[in-house]
Amino acid sequence: MKNYNSLIFEISQPGRTAYSLPKNDVDTVELNEELPSHLLRSEEPELPEISELQLMRHYTALSNKNFGVETGFYPLGSCTMKYNPKRNEVAAKMSGFSAIHPLQPTNTTQGALQLMYELQEDLKEVTGMDAMTLQPAAGAQGEWTGLLILKAYHAKNGEGEQRKKILIPDSAHGTNPASAVVAGFDVVEIKSNERGTVDIEALKAAVGDDTAGLMLTNPNTLGLFEKDIAEMAEIIHDAGGLLYYDGANANAILGKSTPGMMGFDVVHLNLHKTFSTPHGGGGPGSGPVGVKLHLEPFLPVPRVEKEGDRYVVSSDYPDAIGRVKGYWGNFGVNVRAYSYIRTMGPEGLKQVSESAVLHANYLKSRLEPYFKTPYPQYCMHEFVLSGSNLKKHDVRTLDIAKRLLDFGIYAPTVYFPLIVEEALMIEPTETEPKEMLDEFADAMIQIVKEAEESPELLREAPHDKSVRRMDEVTASRKPVVVYQK
Amino acid sequence: MTEQFSYLPDTEKDRQEMMEAIGISSVEELFSEIPEAVRLREAIRVPDVMSETELMKQLKQLAEKNHTAEDYPIFLGAGVYDHYIPSVVDAVTSRSEFLTAYTPYQPEASQGELQALFEFQSMICELTGMDVSNSSLYDGFTSLGEACNLATSTTKKTTVLVSSAIHPQAREVLQTYAYGMEYTIEDVALKGEITDVDQLMGQIGEDTAAVVVQYPNFFGGIEDLKTIKEAMSESKAMLIVMANPLALGLLEAPGKLGADIVVGDMQPLGLPMSYGGPHCGYFTVKKKHIRKVPSRIVGQATDAEGKRGFVMTLQTREQHIRREKATSNMSSNQALNALASAVCMSALGKQGIQEMAQQNVNKSHYLAKRLSEKGLKVVNKTPFFHEFVVKLDKPVDDVNEALLQEGFIGGYDVSKWIGQDNCMLLCATEKRTKAEMDAFVERLEAVSK
Repeated sequence: MKNYNSLIFEISQPGRTAYSLPKNDVDTVELNEELPSHLLRSEEPELPEISELQLMRHYTALSNKNFGVETGFYPLGSCTMKYNPKRNEVAAKMSGFSAIHPLQPTNTTQGALQLMYELQEDLKEVTGMDAMTLQPAAGAQGEWTGLLILKAYHAKNGEGEQRKKILIPDSAHGTNPASAVVAGFDVVEIKSNERGTVDIEALKAAVGDDTAGLMLTNPNTLGLFEKDIAEMAEIIHDAGGLLYYDGANANAILGKSTPGMMGFDVVHLNLHKTFSTPHGGGGPGSGPVGVKLHLEPFLPVPRVEKEGDRYVVSSDYPDAIGRVKGYWGNFGVNVRAYSYIRTMGPEGLKQVSESAVLHANYLKSRLEPYFKTPYPQYCMHEFVLSGSNLKKHDVRTLDIAKRLLDFGIYAPTVYFPLIVEEALMIEPTETEPKEMLDEFADAMIQIVKEAEESPELLREAPHDKSVRRMDEVTASRKPVVVYQK
Repeated sequence: MTEQFSYLPDTEKDRQEMMEAIGISSVEELFSEIPEAVRLREAIRVPDVMSETELMKQLKQLAEKNHTAEDYPIFLGAGVYDHYIPSVVDAVTSRSEFLTAYTPYQPEASQGELQALFEFQSMICELTGMDVSNSSLYDGFTSLGEACNLATSTTKKTTVLVSSAIHPQAREVLQTYAYGMEYTIEDVALKGEITDVDQLMGQIGEDTAAVVVQYPNFFGGIEDLKTIKEAMSESKAMLIVMANPLALGLLEAPGKLGADIVVGDMQPLGLPMSYGGPHCGYFTVKKKHIRKVPSRIVGQATDAEGKRGFVMTLQTREQHIRREKATSNMSSNQALNALASAVCMSALGKQGIQEMAQQNVNKSHYLAKRLSEKGLKVVNKTPFFHEFVVKLDKPVDDVNEALLQEGFIGGYDVSKWIGQDNCMLLCATEKRTKAEMDAFVERLEAVSK
């Protein structure tokens, strides 16, 4: 299986099966007796025909070509690739959580509703917000939900037509401007200053009676705390706008500050980042949204509430923006986050942020002599290096990223944020032991030496993965997105 | 002395060494960047730390407060179904190389997942008869929202006509999407339990961006997509079909009947009900719309030595590159669940998906027949897949409460949407046995009259 490179369709043999359906114990009903023939499948669905062992070997071979947190260090900035605890997985798979239907009467799902209610309470406390919904499926959907809440709030105040602009710093995640557009807003980009934080003068110049709100990540994507946050909140609020907190970087502030204290009106969290639920190769996530009291009427419905000792759901909120996702959100993900919060407790969550920040600053101090570090101040949970000093060897940041793979380490986030040339964004998280941080720093330092002495080692990397460097340009020019016989 | 947590490896010695390297004497110094005015000085009020044993006990107590489909034969469907899930699904998705990976931004270290998603896309295209599939979206309803966003932005028209036989929650989610992008939704009336095509024809106009139908529809009925497409022949509007992928084992692929966009939810194929999520949306289009598709698409590529491999492709559509000009704001999707569905579809294979779909037809029709024999009125007049509506003499809630006492989870109250009192939507999947159905029919007859 060492050089296995087959598609599952290529190992298919007519007649093989890997399933075990119950015996059909009732009469067979032929749909063709009542249905027009053009609505019956004209060609059989060509799904693979393989045995169960073949299936397991195929996917095991694929998994061996994949890198996860348990394979090795994943210093991916803004992604918070921390350890995903096993007990959370056990919890989510309990049949009392996994084998329940979302439309069952609520008196048959009191345990699920209680869990959701208590998680809402926990997340309110962590964020300093007054009300919370668990419905959004991921961070970007949380952003969109939060922005629709802003939209509904301004409309309620008779300023819906007037307040069409969302201010977003140039260091923001791409989802921020994209979410603003699908919520029906125009985007105004705010420049960062030489310290890597929002330029207050630029903010003052952009704000006005057409401002719907400001979207901000704090700490920002450079890993820097926006120290002027109180003043920024005042500027926005004085102009009649609202503040949106992108919780992608909440891993830095647990028990240290809250978006509520900072003056934010709406918050989303990424439970798949801060609260340890697995990324799954790109989802499922969960993106709860919290709001201050003045925005509570606009939260999505239905809401999970407590009446006496019963848990109930209510959709009786005429100003609500409506429903953003099917059923109750990504419940199975929320179970994992609930389990995590109870494993850590208040002290543990605080230690999470302390260790995450300590680790980032330690790595930064080790790498500073070898790379450009655009911002000298202490970072929070992540930091950004610039690989621009290696350009003289005709080596790009992408080459550093690919070379790291040879060391059994995943690459940092590269070329983001856009405001740093040849950016390498590094987030070690709190769950990596110091030995691993040192191994990573040693690898980075060795790569810098290699860039001087034998740059082709970088340019041709990776060397020992299942494939060499992929040609993404041709793939995009002539897209092949389905199997062709 | 700081408490030692099992997920936090730093010892006192580690901390000292790191602080020395940074040149600080306490970790607190690093937080000096946070102004005192916004520093939290008291502990957050979340529950105290629990040991693994205590935690599992508490979670189990919560879980046991729920009535599960393992203990109660369930006849509730309405978009989420109690289906057979092969054991291989959990075996594959529990592998940490898949479970704990990030989005495959570095393809050379992510070939396994990329290939699995490419295979997922291929299977989805096979079932739907479409040219292009993305690698998943959040769920079926949000996929429908994205489809209508695509249709309105591509056609530059502002009205979406939506069948009243789509899932009411899909309709609600779509309303929210329309609120965001500022287009209008008009409902198309029912004729019995299916979309009234004559009404639809009258509603199609200059400003129609898309027509939305569900296949099979919310009430189980099988919409005649061919007739609907013909009704749209004078219009540039797009036909958007929200389809149950299991039903496509037997029903003609919407792509062959004129659909421009086909979306849906993969929950019936390999995903536990899990109280409604996480499930997995799929999103397919005809080739000419490939550059408008939301979220990630995996494409075949070659490496520097000419070997076949896979990458995320057409990324210039996406938010991390295009920002406010992106086709959608989607970032995280449901990759792990797409993998789960791909494993399920591989396990079922060509024969299994047809057999499973056929069994759903058989079981639900048996149930309908038995209920009719007992004098209960089946509302559906046209062919159905695995769900149908039955009219009771009492309110559905009361009947469900009584059924629960007898050990069954009954159907869904659809009275409001089908326009008649006391209407219950029932579903029988391949997991319901003849004995369970016979017992259910007997009890339903007793409690509903």
